[in-house]
Amino acid sequence: MLEIKNLHANINGKEIIKGLSLTVNAGEIHAIMGPNGAGKSTLSSVLTGNPAFTVTEGQVTFNGKNLLELTPEDRSREGIFLSFQYPVEIPGVSMVNFMRTAVNEHRKYKNLDPISATDFLRLMREKKELVEMDNKLANRSVNEGFSGGEKKRNEIFQMAMLNPLLSILDETDSGLDIDALRIVANGVNKLKSPDNASIVITHYQRLLDYIIPDFVHVLYDGRIVKSGGKELAYELEERGYDWIKKEVEEAAI
Amino acid sequence: MENKTIIAETNSKSLSLAGVGEASYIDLYKQHHESIKKHSAAVMNDSRDASFALFEELRFPTTALENYKYSDLKAALAIDYGLNINRIPIPVNPYDVFKCDVPGIQSYLFFVVNDAFYPTMDTKALKLPEGVIIGSLKEIAETRPELLKEYYGKLSTSKKDGLVAFNGAFAQDGFFMYVPKNVQLTKPVQLVNIMRSDVDFMANSHNLIILEEGAKAQLLVCDHTVDEVRFLSNRVTEVFVGEHATYEHYKLENTHTKTTNLSTLLIDQRASSNVIANVITLHNGVTRNTVEIDLDGEHCETQLCGMVIGDKNQQVDNFTSIIHNKPNCNSHELFKYVLDGFAKGGFTGKLLVAKDAQKTTAFQTNRNILLNKTAKMRTKPQLEIYADDVKCSHGATIGSLDETAKFYMQSRGISEPEARLLLMFAFTNDVIEFIRIPALQDRIKMLVEKRLRGELSKCEGCVICQ
Repeated sequence: MLEIKNLHANINGKEIIKGLSLTVNAGEIHAIMGPNGAGKSTLSSVLTGNPAFTVTEGQVTFNGKNLLELTPEDRSREGIFLSFQYPVEIPGVSMVNFMRTAVNEHRKYKNLDPISATDFLRLMREKKELVEMDNKLANRSVNEGFSGGEKKRNEIFQMAMLNPLLSILDETDSGLDIDALRIVANGVNKLKSPDNASIVITHYQRLLDYIIPDFVHVLYDGRIVKSGGKELAYELEERGYDWIKKEVEEAAI
Repeated sequence: MENKTIIAETNSKSLSLAGVGEASYIDLYKQHHESIKKHSAAVMNDSRDASFALFEELRFPTTALENYKYSDLKAALAIDYGLNINRIPIPVNPYDVFKCDVPGIQSYLFFVVNDAFYPTMDTKALKLPEGVIIGSLKEIAETRPELLKEYYGKLSTSKKDGLVAFNGAFAQDGFFMYVPKNVQLTKPVQLVNIMRSDVDFMANSHNLIILEEGAKAQLLVCDHTVDEVRFLSNRVTEVFVGEHATYEHYKLENTHTKTTNLSTLLIDQRASSNVIANVITLHNGVTRNTVEIDLDGEHCETQLCGMVIGDKNQQVDNFTSIIHNKPNCNSHELFKYVLDGFAKGGFTGKLLVAKDAQKTTAFQTNRNILLNKTAKMRTKPQLEIYADDVKCSHGATIGSLDETAKFYMQSRGISEPEARLLLMFAFTNDVIEFIRIPALQDRIKMLVEKRLRGELSKCEGCVICQ
């Protein structure tokens, strides 16, 4: 589904991703872990086409298409979804209007007619229940005045509405209490199918107790330096990242 | 000396040679003041010569004046406009031209064609509440002079303003509304100003609105131009809001790029009165809105807001002034501009809190988005606070669209143009939220969206009515 080969990317001339390669197939959940500043969030930004980042080298293909040539909106319509680490507040744009516009843009891309009002309301209701989102939030402006937990729930709600092939969860667990974490993880698990895949970016192992990954990768200094099964996450939780850094440095000598 | 164009008695197209500039208007007044007076009413004529003398002294305002710093009217005022001094009826039936109803709005509908009140077809059918008088200022000045005497010119003649003085000298008619004590109009009054002429044309109208104690009224003023000629409208509106009265004034401008719209709205608020004034410029040429609100009693509530959407070479200057003369009043002011192309915006927010006006609350906000590097915005909060126990704040920002929000929307599949549109719409939305007529609110939302999509790039008659 997703193939990243030797990706290099920078922001304002500073190289952050330094030759990253990763393959994600349908039905798989990949966890990307790593210390602060390793380039985890940069990876998600580059994959979704954030204009602040520049790709200098490498290829990314998504279902056979050159992802790097697509606009951010077309990447979304092709089925990529990013759950933001810091969801953006948009005062004055109602959740309903925002979601209806997004859903219809996706449908237009697939040559479908706009969704009917009743179908849309039904879809909203169904997906709200999935993340136990308060009705009141859906009537407010996008993320405006939402608590940290509500914002993250709202990300998963949007994910459910758009039904992506590849979802990237960027530090979705940060700032969540244990109940919110359970609800969010539960939502993600319910959306899992053999046809879609997820990349879960996280600093800590605790989210992986709820969303069980098939693969765990350690990102350090802009590259994936170690890959393994879910047991690698437990090892990282226990031993921290220093031993990885050491391994990398020794390998460099 | 050249002669100013006067729409002639027999044929509106037979014109005398044109003169241009202030001198020609001064000359026109000197030659034709008898005609001007003949076709107006005694109450209006009483202060006419004095207004003219004041205009002779002040002349048309230029950008050299502090209050007109952001209003460059030179080019617009240099055009040779015709005036309809002899009150030749303009051959148009607004009821035929305009099926003017905002869907769902139930309103009392009136027309002013250029500067003349258009006689309503059937006043009785309107079923206005007992005692309410709505009609031509000139006619009511003749039939009920005692009603006008107390009010006409009381707010305007003392203004040291060239445009207001000019209006005092040349205005012959306008819109009049009187709502007696404790009478509440349950439907909004809709006043459609139509500019209709075969030649470049100037209209000077004077509106007078009186709400007695405990009265309640909503007025929706729509400005439209019909013909492709150049128009200049110089309008003065005086509003007297009595104790415990509630008045809402919505001005919606949707005119073409050859229009110059000069509007002065003067409001006097008495104790415990409540006023909303909302000035929306959707499409225009050159616009200057002066809004001055005097709070002359305790416990007044004032909400003054406005919105501008401008592109091409459009120019909009909103000059506002709120004066807190008495204690315990609240005023909120909010203006928002979205400018593109080579549009020029200006905003002045004058706020004066007099020494005795303790416990005043006054908030002022002006936020502006420039969509490119060629559009210009100039903004000036001007606070003068002489009382010491007040809560006042002001804020003015000029920025561009929020790129982070735009990317967030794009990452959900919303196209870049659509994301921009949603953000612009959201930006203006809080001004629309202050409209208390739900049907009008819906309609303006729709019009703003159309405008932002570029579908209202040219005003073709009355879009509100189509």
